[in-house]
Amino acid sequence: MTEIFGIPIQAFMGQLLIGLINGSFYALLSLGLAVIFGLLNIINFTHGAQYMMGAFVAWFLLNKAGIGYWWALVIAPIAVGIFGVIIERTMLKQLYKLDHLYGLLLTFGLALIIQGVFRNEYGSSGLPYQIPSELQGGQNLGFMFLPRYRGWVIIFSLAVCLSTWFVIEKTKLGSYLRAATENPELVRAFGINVPRMITLTYGFGVGLAALAGVMAAPIYSVNPLMGADLIIVVFAVVVIGGMGSIMGSIVTGFGLGVIEGLTKVFYPEASNTVIFIIMAIVLMFRPAGLFGTQR
Amino acid sequence: MFRKLGIAAAVAMAMGSAQAQISDGVIKIGVLNDQSSLYADISGQGGAVAARMAVEDFGAAKKGMKVEVITADHQNKPEVGSSIARQWYDVDKVDVIVDVPTSSVALAINQVTREKNKAFLVSGAATSDLTGKACSPNTIHWTYDTWMLAHGTGSAIVGTGKKTWFFLTADYAFGHALERDTEEVVVKSGGKVLGKVRHPLNAQDFSSFLLQAQSSKAQVIGLANAGGDTINSIKQASEFGIVKGGQNLAGLLVFISDVHALGLQTAQGLIFTETFYWDRNDASRAFAKRFAPQYKGNMPTMVQAGIYSSVLHYLKAVEALKSDDAPKVIAKMKEMPTDDPLFGKGRVRQDGRKVHDAYLVEVKKPSESKGPWDYYKILATIPADKAFRPEKEGGCPLVK
Repeated sequence: MTEIFGIPIQAFMGQLLIGLINGSFYALLSLGLAVIFGLLNIINFTHGAQYMMGAFVAWFLLNKAGIGYWWALVIAPIAVGIFGVIIERTMLKQLYKLDHLYGLLLTFGLALIIQGVFRNEYGSSGLPYQIPSELQGGQNLGFMFLPRYRGWVIIFSLAVCLSTWFVIEKTKLGSYLRAATENPELVRAFGINVPRMITLTYGFGVGLAALAGVMAAPIYSVNPLMGADLIIVVFAVVVIGGMGSIMGSIVTGFGLGVIEGLTKVFYPEASNTVIFIIMAIVLMFRPAGLFGTQR
Repeated sequence: MFRKLGIAAAVAMAMGSAQAQISDGVIKIGVLNDQSSLYADISGQGGAVAARMAVEDFGAAKKGMKVEVITADHQNKPEVGSSIARQWYDVDKVDVIVDVPTSSVALAINQVTREKNKAFLVSGAATSDLTGKACSPNTIHWTYDTWMLAHGTGSAIVGTGKKTWFFLTADYAFGHALERDTEEVVVKSGGKVLGKVRHPLNAQDFSSFLLQAQSSKAQVIGLANAGGDTINSIKQASEFGIVKGGQNLAGLLVFISDVHALGLQTAQGLIFTETFYWDRNDASRAFAKRFAPQYKGNMPTMVQAGIYSSVLHYLKAVEALKSDDAPKVIAKMKEMPTDDPLFGKGRVRQDGRKVHDAYLVEVKKPSESKGPWDYYKILATIPADKAFRPEKEGGCPLVK
């Protein structure tokens, strides 16, 4: 059989695909972060907690109200998005005039509080959430067994990522948004309600995190710590891609998923550090990230 | 001048030890474990609940003994654990540290305790090195260990004719010890290890590792990990159709809290070894019924049960000696036979190993379970003298 770097090509293909699947979570989460940073200049450290809340909302819907996965995909992002809007209106709004650091500290503090409350209430082992019956089972692709649910994750998240990119970069609404971050005074002069637009953008970014949370619920258990474990990696993804770059975060999200997946084959012990090694190298040569522009 | 002082000090010390007593009038028990991460449900706050129940059942207050239980979170980091232990022993006058899951942390505390000449009762950690090459006159390893898990679960599975194995191992002291001990059993019984992969502690996604295990075509995939890592491996293995494809999963260390988190639908059919199951007899049920309301309705894990049992035996030894002088208490604990409602009769060996029966259990199908926490069928009882590594084989210098 043909081999790549000493492993059979079939196994190699399988690992590539797995990497893409994990990359789709990185992409979805880093996209939300990039949107929030690019348009609000807030480093949203609550992102991991909001991702976790998305998964928990899905669990609540199923176990307390009998509402299944498909509705959760819609309801959870809205519910958690509203929670985000409340945070933006009551707290973050006060900080726009100050240094980035204050926003970072506030959101980090909020993340710790939210995670602490959930952990206290639900423990650390997590709660079971089954894969929806339509997506159970899988396909044998010849080189690997692809669970149907994972296939769905990759397609759906790619669709969400690309449409977000399209809306922000290619539509009129997106152009307002981008203009509002460059020069809010001027945009307001055109009769556009800038604060409301910013609030809704934050809600949308948070909703993306919650959406990723719902998608993660059937794969990883619904766990109060699921966001805390992931958020640091996602921040590294954003830094590598370039803070605020929408396409950059999508491409690096998928790309780093693949690199991490391959590390798990060649040198598994390093699989949770490889992203940070890449981050260090990228920062040395391109401090603004791969897709970022120096402001 | 100095010589006189020296003599005076020696006299004072002699007087101190002649007057058998409790140092500073309080017996302080420090429950040190993971309270915030992947092992928090194995003991965590529930460990402190179990320790307090032991103090209460011992009747410390009635006997006029002042016993205090304090807790801390070691975050699964050896350096955090060691500095808490030093602070506890030096400043807070803690007499005994109990629990300490995460083998790397337990090995560090084992060392600190020996340096400070205090007492250490391990319930949460698994590595059999604690009673092997790292054994200490200050440490007792209570509930279970990697040798016991490997022999209980490993032999049972090899016995069913499944001979080829692939290991998914948590990359630190515990995973390595569990893998080593299980591999020994597999090879000894004529089996073969086709491969192994070491994953970082607290990894989220196991699909890549599982794919490697799948393509190895091994009959058994041995999970040498614990807590959140085991939960995620089992969950994702079912997603990738590993069991349906004819391979078997061997959870080498599974706790009832893991089964609860997985749900029976996913966990059914798993076979593993435990030393305590809450629904085994009247005494264990009575304990669980008292424990659950104090810990958010959760049934006790074997680690929490072990904390109860070890604290109870410790207090009995202190009472018998009328002293909390650590080396003497540990020696007394080894001398007195153990007896408590949860583990029955047993004893503590010279190498610090507490021995009792172990149980090979199988997780019930959803249709067999009568409700929450009704999870296990007990397949076999492994008698105490067979369950643990023979004293002579561990390489512990204390065994003569």
